[in-house]
Amino acid sequence: MSLTDLTLTEASARLRAGQTTSLELTEACLAQIERYDSTLRAFLTPTVDLARAQARAADAQIADWKKNPSHAERLQPLTGIPLAIKDVLCLKDTRTTAGSRILENFVAPYTATAVQKLLDAGVVIVGKTNCDEFAMGSSTENSGYCVTRNPWDPARVPGGSSGGSAAAVAARMAFGALGTDTGGSIRQPASFCGIVGLKTSYGRVSRYGLIAYGSSLDSIGPLARTVADAALLFSALAGHDPRDATSMPTPVPDVSLASPDLRGVRIGVPKEYFIAGVQAAVERAVREAVRVLEALGAQVVEISLPHTEYALPVYYLIAPAEASANLARFDGVRYGPREDGESLWDMYLDTRGERFGAEVKRRIMLGTYALSAGYYDAYYGQAQKVRTLIKRDFDEAFKQVDVIACPVAPTTAFKIGEKTDDPLAMYLEDVFTLPPSLAGICGLSLPCGFDGHRLPIGLQLLGPAFGEEKVLRAGQAYEQATEWHKQGPNL
Amino acid sequence: MPLTLAEVEHIAALARLRLSDEEKARYRDQLSAILDYMAKLKELDTSAIEPTATVLPLRTVLRPDTVTPSLTPAELLANAPEAEAEMFRVPPVLE
Repeated sequence: MSLTDLTLTEASARLRAGQTTSLELTEACLAQIERYDSTLRAFLTPTVDLARAQARAADAQIADWKKNPSHAERLQPLTGIPLAIKDVLCLKDTRTTAGSRILENFVAPYTATAVQKLLDAGVVIVGKTNCDEFAMGSSTENSGYCVTRNPWDPARVPGGSSGGSAAAVAARMAFGALGTDTGGSIRQPASFCGIVGLKTSYGRVSRYGLIAYGSSLDSIGPLARTVADAALLFSALAGHDPRDATSMPTPVPDVSLASPDLRGVRIGVPKEYFIAGVQAAVERAVREAVRVLEALGAQVVEISLPHTEYALPVYYLIAPAEASANLARFDGVRYGPREDGESLWDMYLDTRGERFGAEVKRRIMLGTYALSAGYYDAYYGQAQKVRTLIKRDFDEAFKQVDVIACPVAPTTAFKIGEKTDDPLAMYLEDVFTLPPSLAGICGLSLPCGFDGHRLPIGLQLLGPAFGEEKVLRAGQAYEQATEWHKQGPNL
Repeated sequence: MPLTLAEVEHIAALARLRLSDEEKARYRDQLSAILDYMAKLKELDTSAIEPTATVLPLRTVLRPDTVTPSLTPAELLANAPEAEAEMFRVPPVLE
C-alpha cells in the first residue's frame, strides 16, 4: 500500500508515531501529481518548492516535539499533512487565478484566513487547484485554463466548481483539499468523485481572502476521503474572523465522532427530492443509505420542503446579481492583464470582454439585468422574498428532524461536453444543492454507492445552520457501517 | 418574452462587456430562455413576505475607528498593469 492510500487521519497518526515524515508524505503526493496530473489536470499551480520547505519545517517541529515530550500535546493533527487549495483562495506570493484569464498573472499579496489557519496548523500545500471560472459552474468545464477529468473515468467531468480539489483528493494527490460551495460546488464534485465534501454553514468559515462570487452564499469547506478527515479540517477552518464582517462569533462545536449509532436521531427524507428525472441508480443508492441509517437506530420521517422547485430560479437570480457586483472590480486597472484601449471605456470593455469566459459573462449579464432599473422588483426583489420561503421550509423541517437525507445531484458524473450547449440543462444539475445554499445551512456529501458505470453516487446530509456536528456524526455512523469510502478509482 | 438586441446591448454596456455580434445573438437567446424559466417565481404570492438579504442575524458589524497595519503601497501596486509614482496609471478618465 502506498503512503497516498492512507487517509488524512491515518497519515497524521503515522507522523506522530514516527513511522513516516512529512517530507515522505509530501514527496508521495508530488509523485502522484507528476504521474497523473498531465491527464487529470487537477492543478493550475503546483507549489512544489513551497511544499518541500513546509514539509521540512513540519518535520523539524515534529522532531522538536519528540525531544520535548511536554510539548507533545501541542502537536496538531494537521501538522505535516499535504493539502490542495482551490484557486479562488488567495495564497500570498502565489499565482491565484480563480480559474479565470482575467487574473492570469495575479500574485496574491496576502493569504486568505481559511488558508492561513491551515498554515498555522502546520499543513503542507502541494498546489492550487482548477475550478470553474470564479466558481461559476457545475463541471469545471468553465475554467479558463483546462478541463479537469474525473479520476473514475477521464472522459467525464469531476463536477464543479471545486472539480480540481475533488479530483486531487480522489486521485490521492493530496490528503485533503479546500473547496468553496455557493450553490453546491463542494458537495456535487465530492459526489461525482466518490469522496467526502462538507459545505459549512454560511458565516462559519471566514471569507477573507476568498475571491467573491455570491457574497450572501459563498462558503468554504473541506474535501477529504473520510468523514473523520473532513471533521479535522473543519475544526481547523471554523471560527470568527474580525476581518470578515459576515463571520459569526458562534463557538465551534466539538466534532469528535465517538458514537457509532444514531439512536435518538431523527432523519427527514424530503419528498420533493425524490422526483422523476433523478437517475434510477442514484435514487436506489440514497434510499438504501436511508435504510442503513434506520438500521443504525435513526428514526426516519418523511418531510416536505414545499418551495424546493423555486430554488433554481431564486439562485440563478440572486447569485448572478451578486456576482455582477463582485466582478465589477475586474477592469484592468489594479491587477490582472489589461487590454489597452484608447479610452478608459475601451479598456474596461475589452479587458472584460476578452478575458471573461462565456459562463461568467452570461451570469454577469443576467445579474445586471435582474438589478437594473425597472426590473429590480420583479426579478431580484421577488427572488429575495422567495428565498425567505425556502429558508423557512428548512427552519420548519429542523423543528421535526435533526438531519435531512437526500441525493446530492440528480445524476452521476456526465461526459465532458455533454451539457455545455445548454446552460439551463447544466443549472438543473444543482437542484438538490441550491435550496440548502439559499438557506445558509450546512451539508455533507459522502459516498453511498456506484451506478452501472462504476461512477460514484453521493448521499447528502443536511443540518441546521451551525449544526455541523450533527451531519458529521450521522455521516460518520453511516460511513463506518459501509465500505464505500475504502474504494478508490483505478488511475 | 425574448430580449431584444437593444436590451442585450444595454445590459452589456452597463456591465462594461464588449460583445461580438455572434455573442450578442447567442446571449440574447440564452438569457431569454433563462429569464422565461425565472417567470416561475411569479406563481408565488409574496406580498406578505420580507426579502432575505442575508441569512445571518448580523447587521452593520463595526470596529473601532483606529488605524491598523495594512498592505503597503508597493505591495498593492505589484500587480498593476501600469503604475507610476504610487498610482495606478490608466487612459484619460475625462476627455
